[in-house]
Amino acid sequence: MAPTQEELERRRIVRVEEERVSHVTSTDFPGHYPGEDHAWDLDEFRKKFKIQIHKANELDYEFDLIGVDASVANAFRRILIAEVPTLAIETVFVHNNTSIVQDEVLAQRLGLVPLRGDKKGFQHLRWRKKNPEEPAAEATDFNTVVMTLKVACTRNHAVPATETDPSKLYFNSSVYARDIKFAPQGRQPQWFAGAGEIRAVNPDILLAKLRPGQEIDLEMHCVLGIGQDHAKFSPVATASYRLLPSIKIKQPITGEDAEKFVGCFPAGVAEVQTDRKTGEKKAVVVNPRKDTVSREVLRHDEFKGKVELGRVRDHFIFSVESTGMYNSDELFLQAVQILKKKCIDFQEKLLES
Amino acid sequence: MTNTQDHETLPDAPEYDAENAGDAEFDDDDEPLDLTRENNAKITMLGSATDDDSCASFQFENEDHTLGNALRWIIMKNPQVEFCGYSIPHPSEAKMNMRIQTYGEITAKDALIKGLADLRDLCDVVTDKFVAEKERFTAEKRR
Repeated sequence: MAPTQEELERRRIVRVEEERVSHVTSTDFPGHYPGEDHAWDLDEFRKKFKIQIHKANELDYEFDLIGVDASVANAFRRILIAEVPTLAIETVFVHNNTSIVQDEVLAQRLGLVPLRGDKKGFQHLRWRKKNPEEPAAEATDFNTVVMTLKVACTRNHAVPATETDPSKLYFNSSVYARDIKFAPQGRQPQWFAGAGEIRAVNPDILLAKLRPGQEIDLEMHCVLGIGQDHAKFSPVATASYRLLPSIKIKQPITGEDAEKFVGCFPAGVAEVQTDRKTGEKKAVVVNPRKDTVSREVLRHDEFKGKVELGRVRDHFIFSVESTGMYNSDELFLQAVQILKKKCIDFQEKLLES
Repeated sequence: MTNTQDHETLPDAPEYDAENAGDAEFDDDDEPLDLTRENNAKITMLGSATDDDSCASFQFENEDHTLGNALRWIIMKNPQVEFCGYSIPHPSEAKMNMRIQTYGEITAKDALIKGLADLRDLCDVVTDKFVAEKERFTAEKRR
């Protein structure tokens, strides 16, 4: 007893009503509908699952995952934010800091600076263990990247006395992320050679301001970490998804109402079409993707019972914005690999025991 | 760097030399990097209520909703499983408990192993589709 196409379509929609959302939980489990299977089937999944890329800039991807449950999409999102490892400044050794920014405040700022470098080079790096008992807790070229920051501010005597702009009056009046220099250790010169050297993603991040006589001299040790431990290790600025909005017109909306209907949505969601023969105006939904699901239509009595709002349960519009160490597409693939790795590891442990 | 700082140079790590497992395979593959090569997964079976092992609870260490919810979903997709649910007993302990009850034809542990295998297959499909779609998208853009 297979469900009708209409019924299947209905099940895909999370309904958005005037004051509430309904049909929220997924029902595609064995035993939920009598006579229907719904068991996990890899081939079926491969047939139905779709990915559509809509925007592919290096650091900013937007793509749709269609045909997957929220729990899986959410796992990818959570892994992107909290479990993909990146490099960040972890320890700051202050040789000298006479700037007005206190050591601990400066160290915190430095930690949050996103770093980049040769991507292949990063594959050589390993975790640095926090437990001092373990051998890998010692700093080596495999687990620690050393950066230095040495800036002193001096007066520029060549400017006229009337000059008031500090950036002209003094040399190094501002310390930027570009002043952080990579100090390769051991085999790191080969891994991060030339343009692949480790540096700040954005060279223009302001770290501190100096005045003549003030100086900052630091050594920084960067290690690999994950966002779960500290947000500075998170490889994404944002990784989020939303469900595709769905707008169903159940009875034709015509004439004056059609104009009003279109006005209830953001530009480009719906439009008024005029019938060539009769000249009658009719509202049609063109691009529900642009909708914000503001539920404005539901506030007007003339549309009562004529329109149904909702979201497609298994259509996730993912947006991944990287901080710069990896491109967004690489990050997503890594996230999938990390989930896979978790499965393999636990499976191994279970089969052993 | 000046000479005075030379003593701060980091020593090389002898235990990661070329013969070390995995090092050789970096060069050729384009696989996303896997820094977590070692298997630190820890799972224990909590007390079982029935004699035939059809019901059991498992405790996953250092796991949260990320694996918990995805695994719960895929185990619930197994028709031989009567119930599957997970919880994080306390937010400040990095532990995730999962309860599995089957109808009796398979053990709870088998259901869990099947769930992990299915989720792994799912990840492979997602990777394949993403790579294929990226190729299609870049080819289309170039045109």
